Amino acid sequence: MKKVFCVILSVLLAVSCLAGLTGCGSSEDQITLYVYNWGQYISEGDDDSIDVIAEFEKAYPNITVKYSTYDSNEIMYSKLSNGGITVDVIIPSDYMIGRMAQEGMLEELNFDNIPNYQYIDDTFKNTSYDPENKYSVPYTWGTVGIIYNTKYVDEADVTGWELLWNEKYAGKILMFDNSRDAFGIAEYLLGYDVNTTDEAELKACADKLAEQKPVVQQYVMDQIFDAMENEEAWIAPYYAGDYLTMAEENPDLAFYQPKEQGFNVFIDAMCIPTCCQEKEAAELFINFLCDPEISAANMEYLGYSTPSSAAKDYMDPETAGSEVAYPDADTLSSASSFNFLPEETSRYMESLFMEVRNG
Amino acid sequence: MKRNKSVLLSTPYLIWMVVFTLIPLGVVCYYAFTDPASGEFTFKNLKELNLYWGVLGQSVLYSIVSAFFCLLLGYPVAYFIAHRGPTAQRFLYMLVMLPMCMSFLLRTLAWVGLLQDTGIINNILAALGFSRIRMIRTPGAVILGMVYNYLPYMILPLYAVIVKIDRRLIEAAEDLGCNGVQVFARVILPLSVPGILSGMTMVFVPAVSTFYISQKLGGTDTVLIGDVIERQFKQGNNPNLGAALSLVLMILVFVCTGIMNRFGGGDEEGSVVV
Repeated sequence: MKKVFCVILSVLLAVSCLAGLTGCGSSEDQITLYVYNWGQYISEGDDDSIDVIAEFEKAYPNITVKYSTYDSNEIMYSKLSNGGITVDVIIPSDYMIGRMAQEGMLEELNFDNIPNYQYIDDTFKNTSYDPENKYSVPYTWGTVGIIYNTKYVDEADVTGWELLWNEKYAGKILMFDNSRDAFGIAEYLLGYDVNTTDEAELKACADKLAEQKPVVQQYVMDQIFDAMENEEAWIAPYYAGDYLTMAEENPDLAFYQPKEQGFNVFIDAMCIPTCCQEKEAAELFINFLCDPEISAANMEYLGYSTPSSAAKDYMDPETAGSEVAYPDADTLSSASSFNFLPEETSRYMESLFMEVRNG
Repeated sequence: MKRNKSVLLSTPYLIWMVVFTLIPLGVVCYYAFTDPASGEFTFKNLKELNLYWGVLGQSVLYSIVSAFFCLLLGYPVAYFIAHRGPTAQRFLYMLVMLPMCMSFLLRTLAWVGLLQDTGIINNILAALGFSRIRMIRTPGAVILGMVYNYLPYMILPLYAVIVKIDRRLIEAAEDLGCNGVQVFARVILPLSVPGILSGMTMVFVPAVSTFYISQKLGGTDTVLIGDVIERQFKQGNNPNLGAALSLVLMILVFVCTGIMNRFGGGDEEGSVVV
């Protein structure tokens, strides 16, 4: 009896193996595209928005998208530089694109496959991180500011970045959990250039950040949404687009850009890393995200700013006219962008930040 | 012939061990002694460890305290279960195991929801007119998280040992004039030492290398060695230092389990780490 059972089982196994093989054979031209993006950074179809990935798969039925997310540029960079994985599309920020291009980690794009590049505004072309427009297509842009809860935070204290050091709010302050953004804030506060490579200045920033540690509740990235919406924390530096998302949940939240001290303006752009296996499909995906209607859907969902004026026509006028997402020229004139730093400086900054975090 | 058979049968596991234990261990050693930038042989990573002795000490301290609390809470429970009838024993044993069927991450996150300043406990306190108390982001919260998560690892080996204690020995002690306290202190406790040691080891080892609990329940200064290692790989982009730290942690765990096994005498039944 037992033997019969074994025989049946092995036959079943063999059959299922064969079935698996033929299954593979028939879907030969099915492509899997690996997209690696920031968390909460694409319209996912809730609240009547467009599910962008589903739409893409509908438009290109032979492509299946495998989507995964990261918390910061640095995490994405370590994962890619450690190797051994396949990723077809990434969306890093400006300074990281510069670094990866310099280190030969990005493929040059074939713009014949990305006709929608025409919709990108000229101000977002020929940027310092990609002067010849070879490696990247802008996805979003935005600014960094302070998000605070008006119920608990006295307006008189909202003067600038020093709010994040204010002992009055000890334990209610969140801080960036990535070296570049955290050092950026210290640099604006201390009046240094945000692209400084001076080790003494960086060390001074690290000391400033270490000084802040006792009042910091947590170093966070995407966990900020819950903490600020539930009022577990009251003050946090973060990206303007995400503030708009949080403010929808908790109307007591306000946003402030320290104009006198300066703040960061960033561009996140789509790139193809050298570990890409399906370059053409990746370019189709990038092209798809540049479509004004799709870009509009994404920006409505994300709250971030679109680099394409054409997309604004498809957006709710209130979102398209938001001062948080699209600050006026005067405000923007005090913003500065992060440039690519030499590898030595990046490493030094990362090790200083590790010391702050682990100390 | 018989010997050949046993070699044959153990081959799959031996291959498994070489591929998934020995080779990765070699990789860890290789990384620990190479320079992140140039890939050359160096002791630099080990020198950098100097920064982390404090964190390592803190991790060991937290784990020992947690193991101690687990013992304090777990021993009476194990003793209680071991002295029930067979049906009750099976039921209680299952209850101890039950939390382990749920994701460890979820259970820890649930504690965040309970303990945070705007969490359930504080909301109840506030509704009753008391002031909110600070529970989360304290060392106590981290220890609570560790004790909660690793308590079953203490109870199960203790139960396994206590249930096997020969009742006749207890009766003999009573016949010879021991009172309840003496029976416990001179007969039951010494006989459950192997269970205590393996329970302590089973709690200490995962607790010393944990990282998630301290990130969720601890504050910015309750950094454990597991957090530091995780960060070297994820954000710090310095797998070499991460490997060096892992190596030190591994040696520490070996030394600690070695010391514990030594205490156990090694030859008694049940002293094997479960």
